[in-house]
Amino acid sequence: MSIFTRKHLIALMAAASIAGCSTTPDDSTATEDTSASQEASSETSSSEATYGAGDDSVSGSTQGASSAADSLKAAAMQSTIVYFDFDKSNIRPDAYNTLKAHAAYLSANPAVKVRLEGHADERGTREYNLALGERRGKAAANYLTANGASSSQIDVVSYGEERPVAEGNNEASWAQNRRVELKY
Amino acid sequence: MNKSSFYQPLLVNLIWLSCLLFSISAKAELVIEITQGRDDAVSIAVVPFAWEGPGRSPENVAGIVSADLYRSGQFKVLPPADMLSTPTTEAQVFYRDWKVLGVEYLLIGRLKKGQGDTYLVDFELFDIYQQKVIRHGNASSRKPRRLAHFISDEVYKQVTGLRGAFSTRLAYVTKEKLGKGKERYQLHRADADGYADHVIVQSGEPILSPAWAPNGRHIAYVAYKSGKPAIYIVDSFTGEDKKVVDYKGLSSAPAFSPDGNKLAFVLSKDGDPEIYTLDFKTKKMERITRHFAIDTEPSWAPDGNSLYFTSDRGGRPQIYRVDLGSKRVSRVTFQGRENARGSLTADGRFLVMAHLHEGRYHIAVQDLVRGTVNILTATDLDESPSISPNGVMVIYATQKGNRGVLAAVSVDGRVKVQLPSSRGDVREPAWSPFL
Repeated sequence: MSIFTRKHLIALMAAASIAGCSTTPDDSTATEDTSASQEASSETSSSEATYGAGDDSVSGSTQGASSAADSLKAAAMQSTIVYFDFDKSNIRPDAYNTLKAHAAYLSANPAVKVRLEGHADERGTREYNLALGERRGKAAANYLTANGASSSQIDVVSYGEERPVAEGNNEASWAQNRRVELKY
Repeated sequence: MNKSSFYQPLLVNLIWLSCLLFSISAKAELVIEITQGRDDAVSIAVVPFAWEGPGRSPENVAGIVSADLYRSGQFKVLPPADMLSTPTTEAQVFYRDWKVLGVEYLLIGRLKKGQGDTYLVDFELFDIYQQKVIRHGNASSRKPRRLAHFISDEVYKQVTGLRGAFSTRLAYVTKEKLGKGKERYQLHRADADGYADHVIVQSGEPILSPAWAPNGRHIAYVAYKSGKPAIYIVDSFTGEDKKVVDYKGLSSAPAFSPDGNKLAFVLSKDGDPEIYTLDFKTKKMERITRHFAIDTEPSWAPDGNSLYFTSDRGGRPQIYRVDLGSKRVSRVTFQGRENARGSLTADGRFLVMAHLHEGRYHIAVQDLVRGTVNILTATDLDESPSISPNGVMVIYATQKGNRGVLAAVSVDGRVKVQLPSSRGDVREPAWSPFL
């Protein structure tokens, strides 16, 4: 059977790769971005201190640059999931800090790439939820690019309702399943 | 085979034997249990068929026919133990033996060896009140089960006036947890009664949205084999599997056109999910919808001239229709907070869909002539409705005790059937066309 030729598939891929999106953050968001990363890093150092309490102390020094990069990464990795309301894809205020921390990390490390996996709860049909999961992933991607990440660093994949983290048929489970996971 | 008609309907000879690459289980993975039959069910007696050959009969043909008819919800079947006589030829039939039991129809028959490894069956269907044979016939096949389904189709047609769907097949998806976060997804093909179950595709990543080609052989589906959703077409007889559509973003929701020459699907390469069609002959792709909202779940009208699809362009998911010539879009559903995954009965009159009513997802049917909406199911989280090719039954997925199970309901809501499975989560049923 030769319903599709290889040539055709290549043409499809080429067409697909042309389609992309770029978002340029305006000045106000850029300013916000800087303050966000500072805020995130200060949060991280304080929490690191907490985790370190009681441990044997280690003396030594690290290079300033790498420690700043490490703290950006540590800030980002504190939270790698953001949640959504039912049938909604707008970024909730409780996700701002998480996404800003990831944007700061990505912005400081242009070689780093992230995969945003969008998910939906089990309500509604599977294909609609596949589309909804993608819309959530793209909303998170837009938030990241608006805060300094480059769209070339971000890949969005939707799993719809196929990969729940909580199995119950109730709102508590559904709320955990309506999410975007940031995977590096 | 002519390439240009690859996915077009083809008549399958009963004698034709499928060869399969994958695991074959004669036993049913799915068991069909009727939970509600029609109160005006027709009374029929199916006498155990004579076996005119050496040794034991290879299959209980009468038992399979009885099970088919009973599970349709439209027949009451007399248990063999209650029969006053067990005729296998017309000369042995005494009408009073059946009239006294309130039987309306009587089926008798004979099975014997044919040429090679085939079997032959002869049968007669009697109308007890008219006291005459109203249908007789014969058939041959290598598989006695298929002979039984053929006879069920004949009886069903004679009694109800509608073509039977007992010789059709189902496709469905199972998901099993293997531990350590690993999962196994399998695309199955089985006979409409759950027997002859074969796994035709297996993956550690999600499989969804199986859709039959009108040839009753090829199945389009969505899988994540490359780490993202793409559309594949598998030959359900040989297991030959090909990726056919894979773009950046979503490539999903495949649906074959009624003539098998086109595939409708969803791509989000333009930024948001839009509906496209692909012509297999010209290899031309055409964008059908243009809207920033979600457009998905295309389903062909029986005449092939329009698509029904789900869109949230009105704020919530509802079903719309797009004319493939003019590309004009009109909204079809208005009752219910959400309606999705719509598909039409073969006569084009009824739209079957997932319907959100008072916070619960049910299967519902909208009469496109009268405009009335009828909720068919009482369970919650019902989805993926698929209509039998004769337009009588709808198979769908629901939840039972946190597990996905299949169930079926008649389009008129009078017959309800459960299909418990022996393992895993079962979802995404798709009823084949007539074979």
